[in-house]
Amino acid sequence: MTIVPTANLGLKRQDFLSSIDPKWCAGCGCYSVLRWLTGTFPTMNLPREKFAVISGIGCSSRTPYYVGTYGFHTVHGRAMTVATGLKLSRPDLSVWVMTGDGDALSIGGNHFIHMIRRNPNIKVILFNNQIYGLTKGQASPTTSKGKKTKSTPYGSIDPPIRPLSMAIAAGATFAARVADTDGQLMADILQQAADHKGAAFVEVLLNCVIFNDGTFSHLTEKAVKADTTVTLKDKEPLIFGNGKDRIVTIDGFRPQVEAYVPGSPLPDNALVHDVAVEDSSLAFLLSNMEHPDLPVPVGVFRKVQQTAYDDHYAPKGGDLMRVFRGSEAWMEDAQGHISLLGAQVAAASAA
Amino acid sequence: MTSHQLARTVEEVDTVVIRFAGDSGDGMQLVGDQFTSTSALMGDDVATLPDYPAEIRAPAGTIGGVSGFQVCFGTSDVFTPGDSLDFLVAMNPAALRANMPFLKSGSTVIVNEDAFIARNIEKAGYAADPLETGELNTFKLLRVPMVKATQEALGAGGLSAKQVDRCKNFFALGLSYWLFNRDIKQTQRWIIKKFSNKPDVLEANQRAFEAGLQYGKDGKLQNHTYATRAKATPRGAGVYRQVSGNTATAYGLLAAAKRANLPLFLGSYPITPATDIMQVLQQNKEFCNVLQAEDEIAGIGSAIGAAFGGALAATSTSGPGFSLKAEFINLAVMTELPLVIVDVQRAGPSTGLPTKTEQSDLLQALFGRHGESPLAVVAASSPRDCFDATIEAARIALKYMTPVVLLTDGYLGNGSEVWRVPELDELPVLKTHLVTNPEGFKPYSRDPETLARPWAAVGTPGLEHRIGGLEKEDGSGNISHNPANHQRMTDLRAAKIEKIAQDIAPTEVYGDADADLLVLGWGSTRGVIEQAIGHVRKRGHKVAGAHLRHMNPLPPDLKALMQKYKRVLLPEINSGQLAYHLRGKYLVDVVQFNKVEGQPFRADDIEAKIESLV
Repeated sequence: MTIVPTANLGLKRQDFLSSIDPKWCAGCGCYSVLRWLTGTFPTMNLPREKFAVISGIGCSSRTPYYVGTYGFHTVHGRAMTVATGLKLSRPDLSVWVMTGDGDALSIGGNHFIHMIRRNPNIKVILFNNQIYGLTKGQASPTTSKGKKTKSTPYGSIDPPIRPLSMAIAAGATFAARVADTDGQLMADILQQAADHKGAAFVEVLLNCVIFNDGTFSHLTEKAVKADTTVTLKDKEPLIFGNGKDRIVTIDGFRPQVEAYVPGSPLPDNALVHDVAVEDSSLAFLLSNMEHPDLPVPVGVFRKVQQTAYDDHYAPKGGDLMRVFRGSEAWMEDAQGHISLLGAQVAAASAA
Repeated sequence: MTSHQLARTVEEVDTVVIRFAGDSGDGMQLVGDQFTSTSALMGDDVATLPDYPAEIRAPAGTIGGVSGFQVCFGTSDVFTPGDSLDFLVAMNPAALRANMPFLKSGSTVIVNEDAFIARNIEKAGYAADPLETGELNTFKLLRVPMVKATQEALGAGGLSAKQVDRCKNFFALGLSYWLFNRDIKQTQRWIIKKFSNKPDVLEANQRAFEAGLQYGKDGKLQNHTYATRAKATPRGAGVYRQVSGNTATAYGLLAAAKRANLPLFLGSYPITPATDIMQVLQQNKEFCNVLQAEDEIAGIGSAIGAAFGGALAATSTSGPGFSLKAEFINLAVMTELPLVIVDVQRAGPSTGLPTKTEQSDLLQALFGRHGESPLAVVAASSPRDCFDATIEAARIALKYMTPVVLLTDGYLGNGSEVWRVPELDELPVLKTHLVTNPEGFKPYSRDPETLARPWAAVGTPGLEHRIGGLEKEDGSGNISHNPANHQRMTDLRAAKIEKIAQDIAPTEVYGDADADLLVLGWGSTRGVIEQAIGHVRKRGHKVAGAHLRHMNPLPPDLKALMQKYKRVLLPEINSGQLAYHLRGKYLVDVVQFNKVEGQPFRADDIEAKIESLV
């Protein structure tokens, strides 16, 4: 019993908001995810009760309270385990996990790897603000090296994790990245994630206005974003820059930036994106592209079709008494006379 | 009875305790299993104790690598696998040495004399060959060249010397079958089935088994054999099988889900000695969803997710895993979802003795979580009782919307006994609080009889709601930081668990109800305490016994019952955890009797303790 969309139910975004007003800080990137998430749900042609939004602990993980579906605010780092159990038990549901960089990559790192590698039909949105917000500003696994936070007063000495690299290494069949400020791309990516049959992982570069304000402004400010990011498009080269005058080419395994005259033929070594290639090397390479040497890719890194984990789960039931009796049960009468049960008698005569 | 015996005399016996011991790779568990199922099929009662090392294949010939399988079989007084051995089958010097403490004067020791070579003798830590030093003089020593006899039987076939050597366990089995007049048909069939895809191994094992039988028939071991007396009272009409505690637990979960008309979900992670529960359910995937999770935490997390979706959900583990699950257990307490947490206790702390048994997680089950965190705890008392105890745990979980800890232990989980397989309609129908009506729905409203909240499974139209670990407002279930509300909810959660006591039947007292001494037990000590009480009573003393299934809440009549007796003796395989709890709760004292050696109690230890008190 997998997800079965109904006819258009005429549901609107407002139908997917709960009666509780969000209590995130003004200007928090979380609002943007809530906006586009609840915008995606009505397009799926599923009634509200078929959705479950599961979270761990952190600012991101308050999301279920604000979505008018079933929701579960679980324990720190473990949302993906709860989501997995729910999805395996109820494949008819659309299950979404809201998590953060601390929740998914630090305390919940193990579950993140294993949920992704199993590929259940669960959608994971990682609110990456590179900081612990709800505990008021400690370094997270994605905090940049050298960053001063309350827990790293002399600058962080930990190399940051690249969430997409981790997801791709774990075998993600769908991996994407988008900034909280890019509503149009987020709507597109969430739609693709919703339609994907399998685990979908979406990293949202998300601004924390209080404890890490502007951490992604070099990628999101209008004046620079065309030069510092490249939007991935399937089967297309990575051309970027305000004048579309730069291109990512590849030298061996090393991506590099070259000047490009718009409209001219592509250089032989141009990197051309392909979301559906089985081998994950290209997606991994893209996930390693970092500012300032290279443009930071946003969009869909990888989208391949593999059997969804929950498709393996379909108990059909049967005769439980056969299980309980096993192959070695026997019958005794009131006098204590023993006789073998049918299956054994058959086996005995065959022998 | 079988037709193959040519022995001159057959001695009738009531009960026999035999242990097969050898290297971990010698196939002793297999021999014990076969011997046990055959005995059960012949009408004997059986109780088994597999005793194996934590290492999979410790260096051959060393004490650390000795693997044993003990079975008590017979037609009366089979409560436990037995205190000491009537018979020991030792495949090498280490197996002999490791089991010396379990022998008694007059025990029969059958040794594979081919293994008593200098190197093995030294590896076992003997200074000289124990077969020659006279140190076995108080026992009846029977020397059998098992390897040579097996080699002879197999002839110059296509098998390597190593493969031939590996058949010697079937020789030992055949010889034992002759000695105890066991029916060979069941094992003959089993060998055919088991090795059907390896014809050469199949034939070798058949021939080794036959050779063992023939060795006995030829009078080479001794002249007389043993047979168990016919039962005075039959077991009663029905279907029977042999079952281990872990299998019975897995079946209990299947039965409970069936009787609750719910899908079953198990989230689990491999851990000794609980793994079999997961494996048995994996083998029956058409009846349940099983996730072998990435860790213990994910095991319970996935189960809680399944419970949110309306499944009968469970997780199975042992001590270290039980510790890891604590935070998630509290989420189930807070969200008031039904959940069965099976803890197959083992000797701790830390990794402890992973393959050895203990009852030392009781206080952790009762109290081992942060905050005020009441939940229900039930304990199984025998391998087959694991089936009923599991159904009881599920019943409480569903009726009271609460996590329930089911305590079994390594002794129960791995031990086995004869079980009458019940028909499904003999089992209780388990009621749930599943709701579908949106009218007036409040996620944290209360059923007045049980104080359970409604169970609105994900997918139910109109009942969309949010739950989580934050404190809930009474009724609405919305987040609440209100001080008075927290007090109220804390009280409600405790009162709900106390309500479970209304379902607990009056505590059954066996033995002499009017005795001065009550022996109180819980969990896996039931058989050994009952046996000890039986023996002491036969010697003319008055003793009463009572055994607890419900550890939280405790039976409402327990305090009064304890006060009725001059003294209460409480044997536990821990340092006194229930004693501590009962004193604190009731201000009633008990006489503690504790042992933590990783082994079950011996009946004679308990008898001696009882006799010191009557």
